[in-house]
Amino acid sequence: MQNVIFDRIEKDISNNDVVLYMKGSAEFPQCGFSALVVQTLSQLGVTFKDVDVLEDKDIRQGIKDYADWPTIPQLYVKKEFVGGADIIREMYESGELQDLLTQKNITFTAAA
Amino acid sequence: MPMDAKTIENMILESIPDSTVHIEDLRGDGDHYSAHVISSAFEGKSRIEQHKMVQSALKGKLDGELHALAIQTSLPKNT
Repeated sequence: MQNVIFDRIEKDISNNDVVLYMKGSAEFPQCGFSALVVQTLSQLGVTFKDVDVLEDKDIRQGIKDYADWPTIPQLYVKKEFVGGADIIREMYESGELQDLLTQKNITFTAAA
Repeated sequence: MPMDAKTIENMILESIPDSTVHIEDLRGDGDHYSAHVISSAFEGKSRIEQHKMVQSALKGKLDGELHALAIQTSLPKNT
């Protein structure tokens, strides 16, 4: 059963450069931590796919098993798990996130 | 069922003995905490690995009893 879920996850993160597994949608986040990552990506002008785990409890559990990470949100860049809200925010503030995006050829707007 | 700060602190200290732990209750409801963990055990590890060490110290309480935990990890200043 888990393979079906992992396949779905693999498909999403393969077909989209940046994927955010979150609570709620990018337009209407349902949790402060998820909202924080959305805000960070928006500030950088990064295009991303949002997956609302509240809509699908198989994905909600599956993504935690997939990453071996117990919490949501989870950000994937070019199939690689980058981290949750705390890590993303720290990387944004230190410039590491921007470096990672550049390295992976993901377009974003440099800070003003 | 909310957890209390001391329990969180002790679980982390037990799992990462050589560390300093600062816990803050973000909303006063025992359900949203931030934990800043300082330890030389984090040396050479990526952020994800460091956070996983803190997560496993809390052995499955995350997203269960403990609803939200903001984790911050760092190395001791005088390294």
